[in-house]
Amino acid sequence: MTRASLFVTCLVDLLRPEIGEATVRVLERQGVQVDFPEEQTCCGQAHYNAGYRTEAKALAEHFCDVFANSENIVAPSGSCVAMVKRHYPELVGQRAAGVASRCWEFTGYLRHVVGVEDVGAKLEASAVYHASCHLQRELGTGQDPRAMLARVRGLQVTEPADADQCCGFGGTFSMTMADVSTAMADAKLERVKATGASVLVGADAACLLHLEGRLRRQGCETCVMHISQVLDHADRP
Amino acid sequence: MPIAHEPAAAWGERVTIALSDIRLRENIARSTTRFAAQRLTALGELPDAAALRARGRAIRADAIDRLPELHTELRQRIEARGGHVHLAADPSAVTRKVIEIARAHGARRIVKSKSMVSEEVALNDALAEAGIESLETDLGEYLIQLAGEMPAHIIAPALHKSRAESAELLGAPADTPAEALMAIARARLRERFLQADIGITGGNFLVADTGGVVIVTNEGNDRMCTSLPRVHIAIVGVEKIIAHAADLPDMLKLLTRSATGQRISVYVSLIDGPRGAGETDGPDEFHLILLDNGRLRLRGTPHEEVLYCIRCGACLNVCPVYRQIGGHAYGSVYPGPIGAVISPLLGPASAYGMLPKASSLCGACWEACPVGIHLHDQLVALRQEGVRSTPWPQRLLFAGWAAAWAGSALYTAFLRLGRVAQRLLPHHGGWIRRAPSLLGGWTSTRDLPPIAAKTFRERWAERRP
Repeated sequence: MTRASLFVTCLVDLLRPEIGEATVRVLERQGVQVDFPEEQTCCGQAHYNAGYRTEAKALAEHFCDVFANSENIVAPSGSCVAMVKRHYPELVGQRAAGVASRCWEFTGYLRHVVGVEDVGAKLEASAVYHASCHLQRELGTGQDPRAMLARVRGLQVTEPADADQCCGFGGTFSMTMADVSTAMADAKLERVKATGASVLVGADAACLLHLEGRLRRQGCETCVMHISQVLDHADRP
Repeated sequence: MPIAHEPAAAWGERVTIALSDIRLRENIARSTTRFAAQRLTALGELPDAAALRARGRAIRADAIDRLPELHTELRQRIEARGGHVHLAADPSAVTRKVIEIARAHGARRIVKSKSMVSEEVALNDALAEAGIESLETDLGEYLIQLAGEMPAHIIAPALHKSRAESAELLGAPADTPAEALMAIARARLRERFLQADIGITGGNFLVADTGGVVIVTNEGNDRMCTSLPRVHIAIVGVEKIIAHAADLPDMLKLLTRSATGQRISVYVSLIDGPRGAGETDGPDEFHLILLDNGRLRLRGTPHEEVLYCIRCGACLNVCPVYRQIGGHAYGSVYPGPIGAVISPLLGPASAYGMLPKASSLCGACWEACPVGIHLHDQLVALRQEGVRSTPWPQRLLFAGWAAAWAGSALYTAFLRLGRVAQRLLPHHGGWIRRAPSLLGGWTSTRDLPPIAAKTFRERWAERRP
């Protein structure tokens, strides 16, 4: 049996706890023994990307301490995992060596460590998949969420035109450059809506919150789901 | 002196102007999407585009590493053929040298082929002040010269203009077909090529071991500029050098496929000096002006890799920010991701300090760069360097935020406090409509989810008592 420490990420912890719960259920159903180091907080990506290196370093060091003894670290976010794997080594040096190599994006962990693509999920719907940039480019694991979605029974998965274009979230960019960020969201949502899909699904809660927040402001009720919630979905007894 | 042009309006104002111009955004989206798709097709034809990209990066890295010795080699070879090489420290050194050459020849009329470096030094303005007429002969540059604008793109300066707008600039009816517009420009420009005293070009590469300048164009106007007038002046950034002519095929492949998706441009000229003995074409005099303007001091710094740039424009075409706001909003002659990196580095930082923040760090630029410049990492590095000049309330916010979250006790206290405080904010259908401080940027256009009634860690604690 494989063991995994859940890094739930600050956004999911605070704003979308149901994504964390779905992540745990899917992992446990696959026989993964999940623990949750309760001292965890945030990976520091927002600070790092905004230029606050010293501040990000403090959070990175905390993360390395909290997960020092974890066999595997699994997070429902490509972006936070990219922060750990790609930027921690440069930020905190040797201290990051262990956590960086043991840190997995949720669907990557399922595919490559657990070795499963079909988790028995079923969802009768048409979905449009939003490929998040850091998962796609920095982790280079864009095929993981796609392969998992392809095995969900009843689910028709499509992608929007210009799928490689960013949704405009970008951490504090979404707040400090709200007008540009929103123009990018609108360009993305126009293409998402054009697919006619009923569910918008992605593997990064941050992008989804940004897009969903914009949809709500536009008065749209489009269903937005994190991939863990799709994989958790089934007509279970 | 850094980049000679400075933006007239503030960043926020420039963005607002760009975002409210629907026609501009349509023009930009259409052209960039087409360029980006053509690039993917052209690179896809190659047996191993990734290996070519790695080779291109290695060629550029080697050249930047050995820059002083390569410059010496280049200079010796060009001088041996009777050409002149000048190193210009800053824009005014370039304009002074050009004016000096023009005066020495009693030149009144100059024709120019497209050159970003000449935009960087605001050459046309300086020439006009000196009473020398300077005419752009690349169609796109000609259009923006008529419009009195800066280029909106590194390789397609008038990409923000529709055909109808271009027709208007040329004084033709809005529905004039593209071919007819080109014919109008050609007829006007032909005459001017024949009258010109001096031809000015840029240069896409400098080749050390053969001693020459490589010019890539699709209109052939560079050939008119380099062969008809008595004097040819090439103005090129010091960093554009490569060691060996044998590496040119790889670099050209990367450049044209990344820029426009062409296997090769319509014209590639290799210029190595003035007309030689027994040759029938070429100028009497050849000058190469190498512009430093802050480039050389980047060697040996964490920003050195930006000197690898071959100015293909691929990062602009894929950039989601550029696609929304276009080139002029950047306020620099160099827009897009590469512009957001090099403009503040070349300076003045006061004019371009905002640009590194104008990115979601999506990494599309890095992915598209033919020499693999980590543009989004460069943007982060510049943000880090800029933190010292950030207003203190934001610095305090980030410092306090990180200090609190570097342990779970204050993190938990924060979420409890936040849960109480958010009750004071206006809600709609379970979402927050308006929030203060940094979050106010978010709620200006988007609803904000509130902190959950029970966070994940609280739910977990209940589940595992």
